[in-house]
Amino acid sequence: MDLIKVRKLTKDYVNEDVVTSVLHGMDFTIKQGEFVAIMGPSGSGKSTLMHILGFLDRPTSGTFEFEGTDTREFNDDELAKIRNGRIGFVFQSFNLLPRTTVLDNVKLPLTYSTKKNQEDLAKKALESVGLGHRLYFYTNQISGGEKQRVAIARALVNDPAVIFADEPTGNLDSKSGATVMHILQNLNKEGRTIILVTHEMDTAEHAERLIRLKDGQIVTDEKIKNRRLADPEGELKK
Amino acid sequence: MPNRLISEFKLIIKGMVARKGRSFLTILGIVIGVAGVIIIISLGAGAQSLVLSQVTKLGSNLLSIVPGKSNDDGPPASVYGITVTTLTTGDADSLRDRTRFPHLTGVTSSVQGSATVIWQNLNVDTNFEGVEADNFRIQNIELAAGRFMDVSDELSNVAVLGEDVREQLFGDSDPIGQVIKVKNIPLTVIGVAKPRGTVFFANEDDKVYVPLNIAQKQMLGISYVQAINIKIDSTDNVRLTIADVEQVLRENHGIKDASDDDFTVLNLADAIQLLTGVTDALTLFLTVMAGISLLVGGIGIMNIMLVTVAERTREIGLRKAVGATNKTVRNQFLLESGTLTFLGGMVGIIVGAGVSYLIAIGARFAGFEWAYVISPSSVLLAVGVSILTGVVFGLYPAFKAAKLDPIAALRYE
Repeated sequence: MDLIKVRKLTKDYVNEDVVTSVLHGMDFTIKQGEFVAIMGPSGSGKSTLMHILGFLDRPTSGTFEFEGTDTREFNDDELAKIRNGRIGFVFQSFNLLPRTTVLDNVKLPLTYSTKKNQEDLAKKALESVGLGHRLYFYTNQISGGEKQRVAIARALVNDPAVIFADEPTGNLDSKSGATVMHILQNLNKEGRTIILVTHEMDTAEHAERLIRLKDGQIVTDEKIKNRRLADPEGELKK
Repeated sequence: MPNRLISEFKLIIKGMVARKGRSFLTILGIVIGVAGVIIIISLGAGAQSLVLSQVTKLGSNLLSIVPGKSNDDGPPASVYGITVTTLTTGDADSLRDRTRFPHLTGVTSSVQGSATVIWQNLNVDTNFEGVEADNFRIQNIELAAGRFMDVSDELSNVAVLGEDVREQLFGDSDPIGQVIKVKNIPLTVIGVAKPRGTVFFANEDDKVYVPLNIAQKQMLGISYVQAINIKIDSTDNVRLTIADVEQVLRENHGIKDASDDDFTVLNLADAIQLLTGVTDALTLFLTVMAGISLLVGGIGIMNIMLVTVAERTREIGLRKAVGATNKTVRNQFLLESGTLTFLGGMVGIIVGAGVSYLIAIGARFAGFEWAYVISPSSVLLAVGVSILTGVVFGLYPAFKAAKLDPIAALRYE
């Protein structure tokens, strides 16, 4: 089943009458269960693309179908609802709430939903990233690698259709990075769709498919031949 | 829904605790404003209770005639203790004409002085007041023991004690029938008056009542009177009776024109009305001041909320990324500013109630019958106004937070 289908997707930014074109006409489809890396140098438009696919931003033109539905007509509240229920984000800088426990951080997306048993769902998500023993730690009491795993649990907790990981290992040492990539690969193995945004080839090679961008256009879109498998005990090669 | 409120509330409290100093300074304006409102309302109620207690003690139908003319320049000279001798018992007698004054229910002349009262080997410095039999009824004085003077006592050596004098001289023993000495004149105690407290700044219990004649002739050596107190049957007849009284006194004193009057009729009701008017005006003025301080406090809240929104830009971006709508972000910040000002309101109520209590204690210590009143309506008003201040002044920062672009917010450093 097609999860994401974009056709002739463009994005322009208008700033004081100066139009900057960031994406010029993209076409691709991502199926459910894929692990796709979007790679490109800075300024290639990969972040903008992720923001549009993650419903944080809207395209200027073209079509974007999500789970078979055209997303053009969605209003702000509907976009918020999709972000809440269907999308999970993992950011380079973790973005955890200060003065808040690990458990409450993971619960945060649930508080914007009407789901029941929020406590249990959050605990389960934390256990799945191996942090069942850190529930009541505050976010300033855990390591960087653990922080990113909390962020992954937070992205998972609403059982989303797709997880966007934006440079998830960018702020981590290579050992923590390997753990994070291992978790993402496992999640993919369990059937989750994962879209990894990175500018590093070594990180991108953990995915199954690689979309390379340059200057707002797709350069190549191919299956990764020698896929890397992250070793949770080893180090992430950079 | 309540789940999110609880978690947001937890965050707000933690944030406030983490920035104690700032939170305190933020709510200080609200604390001062609310405390001001509470104190002013409590003070107003206390002052009103003071005035009312005077009225109920004396009755609003009581008039006092004092010698000397009062005019636009000020009250009669006798008020300042200057001796004016124009008022006599004859004037009082002419007011006792029931056909001429059908609405007058009592008349008593009065003279006062201070003296040392002696009983056995004890003595106490106090005041004596020479009065006539009507005095006790007119002034609403109640009897604690024995009896009051009646008309037959006018020339007898008798005395009625105020509560303070009784306490100091006799303590636990029975004063009735005992002989005390005032200015070396032996007087038999026939009664004790119930405590009355302070009436118009004078302690009415620190006093001995003696017959007018004895006070005038034997203690003071004068033939004039210092005041004539009269009681009128109904408030409706006060104006009419004042006019009649003035006319008769002018006849007695051979005065043709009102501008030449050598006496003044003091109307208690008018005085109270004037006093209440002043209190009300003062309360209004102070309430406006308190309102201004709440306004200033509210601007402080707005200022600090704008800082908070800027500081937490990334958090707002994250919340939006995980599904917060503009509305929930807006409400979160309104909840925060409302919580801040609610807390300020609560502290303000405690401070205001405490200060009001101290004022009441001080006033009672000074001898006033001051009621300590914190009305539930003033507390509700204070809480309501403080929350409203938080919401109103939190609106602009909250809308600013709600409108933040999630991408820009997430990138914000």
